[in-house]
Amino acid sequence: MSLAVDDLQVYYRTLHGDVRAVDGVTFDLADGEIMGLAGESGCGKSSLGHSLIYLTGRMKYIGGTVDLDGAPLPIWDFEAMNEHRFKRISVIPQYAMSALNPTRKIGRLTAELLRSRGVSYRDNVKEFVRRLELVGLTDEVLEMYPMELSGGMKQRTVMVISTLLNPSLLIADEITSALDVSTQKAVAEMLVEFRDRGFVKSMIVITHDISILSQVADTILVMYAGHLAEKAPTSVIINSPQHPYTKRLISSLPEVGVRYAEKRLTGIPGVPPRLLDPPKGCRFRDRCPIATAKCLERPPFRETESGHELACWEVAA
Amino acid sequence: MTRYLLRKFFIYCLTFVAAVTIDWSIPHLMPGNPVLTLMGRIQIQDPQVAQHVYANYMRSFNLDLPLWKQYYYFWVSLVHGDLGTSILQFPSPVSSIILHAAPYTLGLLVPAILLSWYVGNKLGALAARRKVLDNTLLPFGYMLTATPYMWFSIVLVWVFAITLHLAPVGFAYSPTAIRGFNTTFIFDLLHHWLLPFLSLFLVACGGWAIGMRNLIIYELESDYAHYLEALGAPRRLVRKYAFRNALLPQVTGLALALGAVIAGALVTEIVFSYPGLGYQIYRAITNEDYFVIQGIFLFIIVGVLIANFIIDIVYVIVDPRTRIGMEGGQA
Amino acid sequence: MSTADRTRERPLAPTAGEVATAGEDPVLDEVRPLSGVRETLYFAFRNKKLVFGLVVTTAMLAFAIVGPLIARHPPLAFGGRLGWAPTTREGYWFGTTLLGQDVFAQFVTGLRLAFIVGALGGGIAAVMGMLVGFTAGYRGGIVDELLNMLTNVVLVIPTFALLLVIAAYLNVRSIATEAIFIGLTSWPWAARALRAQTFSLTSRDFVSLARLSGSGSSKIIFKEIAPNMSSYLVMMFILLFGNAVLIAATLDFIGLGPSNTISLGMMMQLSVQNAALQLHLWWWFVPPGLALMTIVGSLYVMNVGLDEVFNPRLRNM
Repeated sequence: MSLAVDDLQVYYRTLHGDVRAVDGVTFDLADGEIMGLAGESGCGKSSLGHSLIYLTGRMKYIGGTVDLDGAPLPIWDFEAMNEHRFKRISVIPQYAMSALNPTRKIGRLTAELLRSRGVSYRDNVKEFVRRLELVGLTDEVLEMYPMELSGGMKQRTVMVISTLLNPSLLIADEITSALDVSTQKAVAEMLVEFRDRGFVKSMIVITHDISILSQVADTILVMYAGHLAEKAPTSVIINSPQHPYTKRLISSLPEVGVRYAEKRLTGIPGVPPRLLDPPKGCRFRDRCPIATAKCLERPPFRETESGHELACWEVAA
Repeated sequence: MTRYLLRKFFIYCLTFVAAVTIDWSIPHLMPGNPVLTLMGRIQIQDPQVAQHVYANYMRSFNLDLPLWKQYYYFWVSLVHGDLGTSILQFPSPVSSIILHAAPYTLGLLVPAILLSWYVGNKLGALAARRKVLDNTLLPFGYMLTATPYMWFSIVLVWVFAITLHLAPVGFAYSPTAIRGFNTTFIFDLLHHWLLPFLSLFLVACGGWAIGMRNLIIYELESDYAHYLEALGAPRRLVRKYAFRNALLPQVTGLALALGAVIAGALVTEIVFSYPGLGYQIYRAITNEDYFVIQGIFLFIIVGVLIANFIIDIVYVIVDPRTRIGMEGGQA
Repeated sequence: MSTADRTRERPLAPTAGEVATAGEDPVLDEVRPLSGVRETLYFAFRNKKLVFGLVVTTAMLAFAIVGPLIARHPPLAFGGRLGWAPTTREGYWFGTTLLGQDVFAQFVTGLRLAFIVGALGGGIAAVMGMLVGFTAGYRGGIVDELLNMLTNVVLVIPTFALLLVIAAYLNVRSIATEAIFIGLTSWPWAARALRAQTFSLTSRDFVSLARLSGSGSSKIIFKEIAPNMSSYLVMMFILLFGNAVLIAATLDFIGLGPSNTISLGMMMQLSVQNAALQLHLWWWFVPPGLALMTIVGSLYVMNVGLDEVFNPRLRNM
C-alpha cells in the first residue's frame, strides 16, 4: 500500500465555529496509482489534499491517521512533517502561477531550496535540466526570472520542481484550471508521464473537471460535502457510476456528439449543505432522489465490488 | 532601462525649473517689499538720501527691471553660483554661508538616514518573527514615529545634557577647542554630534521598523512563501526571501521619507544650535534675511533631486522586475 | 510623515465574499457572509488597537474642546508670577512660563489649534488627493499621464522647504493659511496611493459587470467603487491628519506659526528661546510635545486597527 488514510478529520477554525471540511475520510492508494479527486467547489477536496502535506493556519487536525509507504505521516505536527515534505510527499499548488519568488532566478531559487533541504544542487542540476526539457522548456529557464515566463511555462516549471526529489506521493491541486484546453491536455499527459518514468509513485489529482480525469486517472474518488461518495476505476465511474450523486454528476456533463435538442443536460437541484453545521447522516440526503429514513444514519464507505467503494445504503445492499 | 532613467531625469529637471520659479516668484507675490525692510533697518533720516539709497538697492537687486528680465537674471546668477548676499550677515554671500553650513547638516543627515534605514528594517524584521517582540516593539515604534523631531531633541538635551551632564548642550564643538585634524578636536566634534544624531536616528528608526514589519507580514502570506513551506523549506529561507522582497518598497520609501527627515534635521539643529543649514534658516527667518532662505531652499531642492535620482538608480538595479519589465522581457 | 505608512501601496485585500487565494478553500466562502456594516462593527469593537486609538484620540479632542473653557487665564496674558511649577494656586495647573503666562491655557489653546490644523490640512490634502488620484486612475490615458507627471513633480519637492519659503514671506499668518498650505503640498502621496487603488478596483470583475449591465459612469463610481474605497479613504485621511499636525508643529517651532495666538509648536520654540531647558521649567516644554506624540501616535495605532478590521486577512495576526 502506498497511501492509507483512515478516518481523517480536518476542520477549519472560524469565528462562527468549526467548518467540517474533511469529516471522516478513509481510502487507500496503491503504488503507481493516479487517483482523481473530484467534486464540486467547496466539497473539501482541496482541504483533503492539503491536509496531507501542509495544514494552513486555519486548518485544525481533529483525528485520523495517514500512512505513507507503511510509515505514519505526522500531519498534525508541522515541524515533524518537514522531513517528509518534498522528499516523500509533494504538492503542485493551485496557485502555481505565483508560487515562484518573483525576485529570484529559477535556477537560484531551486538551488537555494534544495540546499536548504540538505540536497546538493550540483548533483541534481543535470536531472533538473533533463526534466525541464521533458516538459518542453530549455535550460535557459534557469537564468530567467518568473515574470519572464508565461503562465503555462511557470506551471510546468513548478511541476518539475515539485517532483525533483521523486516523492512517493504527489498532490496536484487544480493544476489545469487556469489553462486553455490544449495546454490542459498537455499538462495532464505530463502528469502521467511523470508517473510512468518513475518520478512520482502515486498521485492524487484534485480537480472539478472530470473530463481531465477521464484521460489521466486510473481511479476516481468522488467527494461530497466533506464525505466520500464513491471510489472506483475511471471507466466505472464514467460509464456505470452507482452512487446517486456520482450518477447525477456524470449525467450533468455534456457528451461529445449529443445535441441539446436530443438530450437535455440535467443538473442537480438544490445546493450542497453548509459545512459549518452539517446535516446528520448522509450529506446528500436532501438532494438525493432515492433517500430514505435510513439515510439519517451516515452510510459507511465500503467496498461493494472489487476495487469499487461506495457510501450509500440503497445501492450497497 | 536608460529610457526609464532618462524619463525620471526629465521629471527632475522639470521639478527643478518649477522649484526655481516658485523660489523666485514667491517674494514677488508676497505682500511687502524686501528693500523697504532693509531700509527700515538702516533708518536714514534725510528723505533725499533715503530716496537715493532706495533707488540704489532697487538697482542692485534688479527690482527696477521688468519681471521677466528679473527672472532671466535670476537664472543667470544661479548658473554662476551666485545666490545673492545675506542681509543679516552682510556682506557674506549666501553661497558661502551655505557651503559652510552644509557639511554639518549632511554630517547629521547622511548617517542618520542610512543607519536608521538599516537598523529600523532589521528591527522590523525581528518584530515580525516573534509575537513577544512584536507586542513590545510595535507600540514603541509607533510612539517613536509619532514623536516630533524637535521635541525629542528637546527632551534629549534636557535629560542627557543639562540634567545628567553626559553630553554638550549644543554647538558643533567646544568654544575652547583648537580646530584641526587632531584627535582631541575630532573627539570633541563627535561628542557634540552624538545627541543630535541620536535624535534623528531614533525617531526615524521607528518609522522604518513599523513599515518593515507590516511588509514582512504581507510577504509571509504570499503564494511563494506558502509554496516553499509546503515543500518543507526551513523558516529562515522563507524569511530571507520575505525580507529581501520587503526591502524593495522600503527603498522607494526612502525617497519619500527624505522630506520628513530633512525637516527633522533642520529643527534638531535649532535645538542644539548646531551650525548647519537649519540653524542658518532659523536665523534668516527671525531676521527676515530672504536671500538666505531662498538660497537654502534651492540647495535643499537640488540635494533632494539628486538623492531621488540615486535612489531610482539603486531601485532599478535591485529589483529585477523593473529591469526586466523595461527591457520588455516576456516569453 | 510616517515612513511606516508610505509603503502602503499594496492593493486592497479581497473584500469578504470574494474567493481568496493560497491555502483558502472555497469551503470557507460559505461561512464568511458579505461584509455588512454589522460584521464590520463587530470586529471593530473587538480590535484592541482601534479601541485604544479611538479612546485616546477622543479624550484628547474632548480636552481640546473643554480645556479653553475652563482655563482661568487668557493664554497670552502676562498675569502670573514667573516660572511657577504646576500648582493649584490661582489655577496655574500647568505652571507658568518664564514670562508669567499660563501654561495650561496655552496648552489647551494649542491643542485646539492642532486639531483644527489636522482636520483642515488633512482634509484638503485628502480631497485633492482623491480628486487627482481617482481621476487619473479611473480615466487613464492622457489624463492619467498628465496628472501623474504633476503628482511626481509636486511629490519630489520637499514640502517642508517649500512651506518654509512661502510662510517666511507672509507677514501675517493664520491657522487657516497654514492649514491650506499644508493641504496643498501634502496631497501627492495620497493621490498616488488612491490612483493605485482605483486601478486595482476598476479592473475588478464587479465593475466590469456593472459596466456590462449598462450602469452609467457615476452610478458605477458611487455604488461599486466608492464603498470599497471608503475604508481606504478613511485610513488615508487619518494619516494625512497626523501628518498635518506634525508639519504644522514643525513650522511653528521654526517661527512660522500663526501670529496673534499660541500653538504647541510655538510653546516649544518660546521655551527653548527663553532657556527653559537650562532653568528646568519642564512643564513648559514637555507637555506640548507629549500631546503631539499622543495624538499622532494614537491616530496611527487606530489606523492599524482599522486596517485589520477592513482587511480580514490581517486578522489572523
